[in-house]
Amino acid sequence: MPAPTIDAPAVKVLNRADLTKRLVTKLARDEAVVAGIGNTNFDLYAAGHRPQNFYMLGSMGLACPIAFGVALAQPERGVIALEGDGSILMALGCLATIGMVKPRNLTIVIMDNGIYQITGRQKAATASSADIVAIARGAGIANSHWVRDEKHFEELVSRRFDDGGPVLLAAKIDDKPGIAQTVRDPPLIRNRFMRGLGTGRASALDA
Amino acid sequence: MAWADSFLRTLKENDVRLVTYVPDNVLTPLIDGAAADNYFMSIGTTREDEAIGTLAGAYMGGLRGVAMMQTSGFALIANALASLVVPYQIPAIIAVSERGTLGEFNIGQVTVARTMRPTLDAIAVEHHTLSDEATMPFIVDKSIKQAFTTQSPVVFIFSPLLTGGNPAAAAKLR
Repeated sequence: MPAPTIDAPAVKVLNRADLTKRLVTKLARDEAVVAGIGNTNFDLYAAGHRPQNFYMLGSMGLACPIAFGVALAQPERGVIALEGDGSILMALGCLATIGMVKPRNLTIVIMDNGIYQITGRQKAATASSADIVAIARGAGIANSHWVRDEKHFEELVSRRFDDGGPVLLAAKIDDKPGIAQTVRDPPLIRNRFMRGLGTGRASALDA
Repeated sequence: MAWADSFLRTLKENDVRLVTYVPDNVLTPLIDGAAADNYFMSIGTTREDEAIGTLAGAYMGGLRGVAMMQTSGFALIANALASLVVPYQIPAIIAVSERGTLGEFNIGQVTVARTMRPTLDAIAVEHHTLSDEATMPFIVDKSIKQAFTTQSPVVFIFSPLLTGGNPAAAAKLR
């Protein structure tokens, strides 16, 4: 796997499920987490469901816009988008929007394995030439970094997520598939997420 | 423009504050009107599906929104509608200017416009064509209330009968 080009850091190849667990462990203030289609949300689900998790079962590329929308609606809550490299390549424009608006409570984590793992391991442009951190910085998200190793990741996510953003972290990860399958019930996912954010409708059915 | 003022007023009456949009000539009075009004949080996005995704997140966070786009932009959101808005039951309010008919000069717009209503019908998304200032407030108000009450999206198609169409068209038609 070619080294990322921005600042030419030496980066270790990490594991998505492991990083996701490390991230979730750091969440102390009911942060919202929006996870993109496929392995990204499977590994969030596998890390242990939280009421503030949103799992995408379609609409590839929209994890960052959805998280951005949550961040606009709840400026006091930290919001994190978990997205794959193939997905963000499909939606690079949203980085320009986020770079322009600069929501201070939004953090983006890109899991970059250089392949479209779930559809048959086809190579993505990130495997050879596209540098997600360089793209994000160019789009106006100055606080964008490659993750060097597990310890560095823990340092980068040991912070308040409701301030200091927008931040983008990109990690080179291995080719392992997700380790669980998210429940495929979109209205249930939406309803529980909204209750986790305090915006769901209350009714006797909640009892 | 009276139709634009009317639409923005009805949005306010229904607590719809977020406006995500991709620029469009016909909807410029709406887009500029929202941008000039501090009530609205107005965000220009790079693509129409991004506008829809942002709206969906904002709704779940408790902020109601509308996405504005032109007909050709609508053709980019089929996946966002069919795999996000409809299955997750997101009451997205969507305003689309109608190009491609009643004095269109660009054949590309004509063809893409023909995909709009069949796409919405195929996924059973409610849509209303706004062609008359007198009936517009009723249609828009009741449909927005229905959308939020029933957890369903609604699309408003702004007909040239209402908007006068693309201001650039007259010089290009013969």
